[in-house]
Amino acid sequence: MKKFSTHLGIAAPLLKINIDTDAIMPSREMKSVSKVGLGKSLFANWRFLDRGTEKEKLNPDFILNQNEYLNATVLLTGRNMGCGSSREFAVWALVDYGIQVIIAPSFGAIFFTNCIRNGLLPIVLDEKTITILAHQVALNPQDNPLNIDLEGCVVTGPDGVIYPFELQAGDRLMLLEGLDAIDVTMKLKKAINAFKIVDVSKRPWAYLG
Amino acid sequence: MKHTLFDKIWNDHLVTQQDDGSSLLHIDRIFLHERTGSAALASLEASGRKVKNPAHVFCTMDHIVDTFPGRTDQTTMPGGTEFIKVTRDLSLKENITLFDLGDARQGISHVVSTEQGIALPGCTMICPDSHTCTLGGIGALATGVGSSECEHALVTETLRFTKPKQMRVIFTGEKQPSVTAKDMILHLIALHSAAGGAGYAVEFAGPMVESLDVEARLTLCNMAVEFSAFTGIIAPDAKVFEYLKGRPYAPVGESWKQAMEYWSTLPTDQGAHFDREITIDCVDIAPTVTWGTSPQHAISIDGRVPTLISEGSDSRRSMQQALNYMGLKSGQLIEGLPIQAAFIGSCTNSRLSDLRIAADILKGRKVSANVRAICVPGSTQVKLAAENEGLDRIFLDAGFEWRESGCSMCFYAGGEGFISGERVITSTNRNFEGRQGPGCRSHLASPATVAASAVTGLITDVRKLEHLA
Repeated sequence: MKKFSTHLGIAAPLLKINIDTDAIMPSREMKSVSKVGLGKSLFANWRFLDRGTEKEKLNPDFILNQNEYLNATVLLTGRNMGCGSSREFAVWALVDYGIQVIIAPSFGAIFFTNCIRNGLLPIVLDEKTITILAHQVALNPQDNPLNIDLEGCVVTGPDGVIYPFELQAGDRLMLLEGLDAIDVTMKLKKAINAFKIVDVSKRPWAYLG
Repeated sequence: MKHTLFDKIWNDHLVTQQDDGSSLLHIDRIFLHERTGSAALASLEASGRKVKNPAHVFCTMDHIVDTFPGRTDQTTMPGGTEFIKVTRDLSLKENITLFDLGDARQGISHVVSTEQGIALPGCTMICPDSHTCTLGGIGALATGVGSSECEHALVTETLRFTKPKQMRVIFTGEKQPSVTAKDMILHLIALHSAAGGAGYAVEFAGPMVESLDVEARLTLCNMAVEFSAFTGIIAPDAKVFEYLKGRPYAPVGESWKQAMEYWSTLPTDQGAHFDREITIDCVDIAPTVTWGTSPQHAISIDGRVPTLISEGSDSRRSMQQALNYMGLKSGQLIEGLPIQAAFIGSCTNSRLSDLRIAADILKGRKVSANVRAICVPGSTQVKLAAENEGLDRIFLDAGFEWRESGCSMCFYAGGEGFISGERVITSTNRNFEGRQGPGCRSHLASPATVAASAVTGLITDVRKLEHLA
């Protein structure tokens, strides 16, 4: 997995609450088992008009289609971002599109972990801060990028104000070092085996085969 | 030390606690389906890793298989066949038990999990599907995960979690007979928002939860994820033990006795700590239906679409967008809205008891001429049991389509879907924009409300149906 340390990027405010993973990656866009090339389907129902028909075109009202937000890599969203379906296709689509950071007041739990596993940094900031950042960014999106520093766990706004954020140490390390979660766990093989020896005698009924 | 039900299962699965507060838990059961399980298996295959304990891994075909009678590997959804074939090939290769098309055990993963006795009280279980929390209804610690986390569990039999805070939702009072578990959970989410359970594992308790049969408990826990909870869980009791006894993968003989003994120790200790407690008096719950595009947009069947709230511009904007999408206005009555389709199915409400409730209403009645009505049993077993009782005849005679089991039109995957602008009364769990078809307007409700509405062609208060008939 790609390492994440700092990122300076154009931010797009999509201040809607409860953005679900159906909206991020509609099920009908998941046409293959593959994880790659899904960016073209990101927010398909909002990004395109008449999707899948001859009349298909970009929806000019959708923020990521607007010139000022061209090449946005950071999303600012409302609370409960990524709620709904567990589909990791939503995160694969975000990453493929080029989104590297999502800042929200809260996240759907499964979506949050899916982000970490794919090198996409989910940051929790309070609603008020996000509103301030969104306002500052919107004044001139291309010239008012956000600076995200995972080493120091801070977001720096366009006006230089610094907002600290928290991320669990394990998740932070996973992103900073670009670690593979399975490799990390395999180092605990002894502990897993020791657990099982005790567990089989404690809960023999839970074991099949 | 007093422990909750959730604490007890958590502690007994704790392999090791990390310095940052996260915990590595042992995972007892893994269930896959062809939609996202295929991605986990394909990724595992590409990495050259193996499934550690295939005896504890099960797989079904539910998400994108067609539900038309006489279905094959060909799907209405473009590209669906690849998902089916990859899943089948890799299940075989990894020696995983697959409930394939044509297998009498096939069905929606969360229906099959309890039906086959794969999910058990006091067990941890994951599936790359957000509605895995359903299985909390029998006292399992079950949660949905992404494909990467699923792959991790397949390879290591463990997963890393940060222990969530704990909430207890107590349902008290008396419940009207027409009020079901679906109405209870929609009522809770409407009161406390779709993010109300974020960061919590939720134990559902109280006399009105204890009074629910096992299948209704599964419905209650099914929508814990719509409350943004880590999971929902209900203490296992004699009803659960009775339900599980003799199921194909449930323990037998001495093993069953040991299991029962262990399960009996699981209920929350008196005085155990919860970070938050909510009490809901069931007297306040009427048949409930959603008006908008989030499960929190739910109101009593005799209620009105809420007026726009002023606090928080995000919420206001979201509500306005929902009203526009649904073609509704603030203050409008929900009862009496004309519908064009009715759907009974999904991991929320497709079990035998759900079909019985709907059939009871449909018996001797006809679906309104303007309504397309579809019933999709949650599993092949449910379908066969329903047919044994003659329920299929009742549905068919009323004018419902009677399908093979699967997730079907709970969501639109590019194949079958409801039409843009069409209003659908549905026993499913999500009313998101485009969920059941591009531009389609979904109203979530109980199977009873769906059946009653199918008959009248209008969103209907099931309590008034006798008058209408």
